[in-house]
Formats: sequence, C-alpha cells, structure tokens
Amino acid sequence: MARAVTNNRKALNTAIAWTIGLVIFFPILWTILTSFKTEAQAISDPPVFLFFDWTLENYSVVQERSNYMRFLWNSVIIAGGSTILGIIIAVPAAWSMAFVPSRRTKDILLWMLSTKMLPAVGVLYPIYLIFIKLGILDSRIGLTIILMLINLPIIVWMLYTYFREIPGEILEAARMDGASLREEIMYVLTPMAIPGIASTMLLNFILAWNEAFWTLNLTAAKAAPLTAFIASYSSPEGLFYAKLSAASTMAIAPVLILGWFSQKQLVRGLTFGAVK
Amino acid sequence: MATQQSRSAARMMMAPAVILLLGWMLVPLTMTLWFSFRNYLPMRGGDQGSAGFDNYVRFVSSSSFWPSVQTTLILVGGVLVITVALGIVLALLLDQPMWGQGIVRILVIAPFFVMPTVSALVWKNMFMDPVNGLFAHIWKFFGATPVEWLSQASIPSIILIVSWQWLPFATLILLTAVQSLDSEQLEAAEMDGAPFLQRFWFLILPHLSRAITIVILIQTIFLLSIFAEIFVTTGGAFGTRTLTYLIFQRVLESQNIGLGSAGGVYAIILANIVALFLMRIVGKNLDA
Repeated sequence: MARAVTNNRKALNTAIAWTIGLVIFFPILWTILTSFKTEAQAISDPPVFLFFDWTLENYSVVQERSNYMRFLWNSVIIAGGSTILGIIIAVPAAWSMAFVPSRRTKDILLWMLSTKMLPAVGVLYPIYLIFIKLGILDSRIGLTIILMLINLPIIVWMLYTYFREIPGEILEAARMDGASLREEIMYVLTPMAIPGIASTMLLNFILAWNEAFWTLNLTAAKAAPLTAFIASYSSPEGLFYAKLSAASTMAIAPVLILGWFSQKQLVRGLTFGAVK
Repeated sequence: MATQQSRSAARMMMAPAVILLLGWMLVPLTMTLWFSFRNYLPMRGGDQGSAGFDNYVRFVSSSSFWPSVQTTLILVGGVLVITVALGIVLALLLDQPMWGQGIVRILVIAPFFVMPTVSALVWKNMFMDPVNGLFAHIWKFFGATPVEWLSQASIPSIILIVSWQWLPFATLILLTAVQSLDSEQLEAAEMDGAPFLQRFWFLILPHLSRAITIVILIQTIFLLSIFAEIFVTTGGAFGTRTLTYLIFQRVLESQNIGLGSAGGVYAIILANIVALFLMRIVGKNLDA
C-alpha cells in the first residue's frame, strides 16, 4: 500500500535529496567541467563554473603527450580479458554447483570466497618473484591472469546465485519432451542464464578496470593500464588541472556509464547474496 | 536426481576453478610463510639463511609498527562510522517519494565507479591543494588561511576521500534493506503516535542490523588493504602509513623481504579474523 504523501513533503524530500546528491556528485562534475577549461581558467581565482571558453584542447594534448590510447587499450585488454577468462572458468563450476549440488558445495563456495579475503600486500613479493621468473612482469597477460584470479570468487558466486534461480522443473520438462543434453543447454538453459552472465561480466569488468593494487605494482611502461597512467600524474603534471581532468574524465567515463546499468548487480555481487 | 555419472561430470566442471584458486591461495602463501622465516635481502646478498622468528619480532618491535596499526584503525574506523551513519540517512531519504529519484540515485552511486587513483588525485589536487584547490578558494573567500590538507590534516583528508568512495556502497546495500521494511508495521506505529526517533530505534534499526553488519564486514576487508589512495596522495608520509602501506614499503622500497613477509603474515591473520565473521553470516544465508 502506497502511503499518501502531501506534495509539500514530496517537494521537501526532493530538495534535500537533490542537494545531497549534487554535493556527492560534485567532484566528478567539477572534474568534467575543468577538463573543458584552459589551464589558466582551471586555476583562476575565484573559480569559474560554467561561463568559460569551452575547449577540447586538453583532450588532444593528453593523447599527444602521453599516448593515452595505449593505456586505454591496456585497460580494455586487461579488464575485458580477465572477465572473459573468468567467465569461461566460472560458468561450468557455478553450473555444476547450482544444478548438481553435493554436501560439499556450500563449503567450496565459502572457501572460494575466503580466497578473496587474502590481503594482496601479504603475497605481493611472491607474485612479484613468480612474475619475474616467468617473464611476465609488466605484461598484459600477467595482469589479466592476476585480475581473473582475484575476481574469480565473485564471478563464481554471482553466477551461482543466478543459476540457482533457474527452476530445475523446466529442465526436467525439456528432458521429458525428448530434448538431448545439448539441446537442453543450447535452447533452455542458455537463454535463461544469459542475463545473469551478462550482469556478472559487467560488474567484474568494472572491478577489474578500477583495480589499483596489482595494476600499480606489477606494471611499468609496457602494460600499464589507466589506473597507473593517472597515478603518473601525481606530480608535477597533476598541477595542470585541465589536463589532469581530461585524462581523468576519459579514464572514468566508460565505467561510469557501465556502472549506471549495474546498480542492482552491485548489491548482489559484493554482498554474496547476504543482502536481498 | 543426480546420478553417479552427473556427479563426476560436475566435479570435472568444477575442477579448473577449484585448482586455480587453490594454487592462487597456496603457492604465494607458502612462499610468504617461507620468506618470513628467512633473512632475505635481494639487494644486499640475497638469502642469508634462517631467521627463526626474528622477522616477526622485529616487525612488531619496529618504531613504525604501532603508529601504523593506529593509523589503520583510525582510517578504517573513521570511514566505517561516516559511511554507515550517512549511508543509513541516505538510504532512508532515497526511499522516500520524490521527483527524479532515479537520477538522485545515480548521482549518489557514481563515486563508487571512479577508479581509486582518479579520485585520490582529483581530491588531492583540485580540492585539497593549498594554493589552487577549491577548498583553498572557499577558505580564502571566508577570510581564513587555506589549510594544507594532506600534510596538516592528513588522516582526516584521506578518510574523507575514502568515505566518498565507499558511501555509495553502504547506501546501496542499506537501501536494499530499507526497501524490504514492512511498511504496514511502520504505518501502524506512526498512527499509534510513535515519534520518528522511536520508530527509527525500535523498528528501522533492528531491521537494518544485518545489512549494517555486512556493510561493516565487507568494507573492513577492503579498507584494511587501502593502497592507491595513500600511494597517490601522501606516499605514506605525514602519519598516513597504514599496516598495508608499511608492508608494501618493507617489501618493495627497502627490499627486506623477510621482514615484509612477516608483516604480510600478520596482515593475513588480521584479515582472516574479520573474514571469519563475514563467512559465518554468508554461510547461514546459504542454508536459508
């Protein structure tokens, strides 16, 4: 039953909520605005908000000077690659746990989750050493593997919760109607599982894109993704606000847009089904 | 029903994930444990034999250990208090009827999707810079002397940055919990004349307690290993060296692997204590 609310109350809620929302969003908005200013306007005193000469110059400068595209490409490969690799490994695992559960399924799920709790810094040197020995330090393949491993528990877990929602009766019905195992998977299960798989991929792409411990510590010049690219702005280039803003805007824009589609999955993916 | 055949097929399907994670967990962990008992200095002579428990003793008796524990606790505690308290307020607010609810939600959630290095750098330079930062402009506008945020108030500044990043997470989870509140029960209480504070204390808060616990546990695990925010802003200076950062410095900066590994073992134990509580809740939920 919806509560009857006066328009006054609603207007008040709206005003408060929008104010808070805009305050929280402001740093992002300010970064985007600053990216269109000239360097002089970016540090002008008092600051200018909207009434400045909008320019796209910073974006082209960032690309020219630092070869932004290369970092972007590294991010895409590493985040995308680790997500796809993780899905390929996790789908069969989650599948069997959801449809052929055994006494140990729960323990395995919890154990997988526990590997996610391992503090990265505790195993930093061993990984560093292994990477040097294997010659994959500062390589995209090395980072792809690491990010796949740290996100694998979340991928398995999310897929498991999605798969479990697929009613087993439907499978039985398909079998009764004479569907072979292959047909069962192709025509019955897959269509029902695709939304879950897609949401899982989305969230994990975001997590991998933003990961900033391994990407900072295991890369140098060659495989550095956007997280490391931005960190390199920490000084003194970071004092060129307009360029910093342009670089930042480009680094966060793709994921900010994807993120808007994944609000719901965020809760499921990061609380391991503990909050519904 | 699962047959013998489908069971072994299931095991095969699970094998790659289980083996990979087992390797990911055991191999580096064993190495860290091994190094923690060695005198291992790659830049100064390599492995110089067994160290017994020396590294463990030295790590905790070094003058930077207790300050780093303190910093870690203040940072984690500060962020938890801010995000949970504001998260509850925001969740209750966002649950109210209003115009443009979807857009407000997006605005509030957005910081979670900003990569840590970007948010750290944007806050550091464009807001907290004592000359050109926005805060400096505001301070000057009111005739005050601009604060050098990251050196004079380094820990509160980092707490602010990290809280900004994690508030969306707390809000989103608490909002999910708020939405499952029994609105009829609340209405009944309202009609019986219970003031808001009472309704909040006796109905809303108990209902949220589970979600709050989960937010605290999950955030603690992530916050204990905060790295980029410190790396980019202060580099561990001005009293912002957390346990994680101290270990990072021991391992990669001073290349004392034995000592750093002993620290790593401490960090792993600490994280596991928190994780244990989280797993218990998650496990219980799995049965239901």
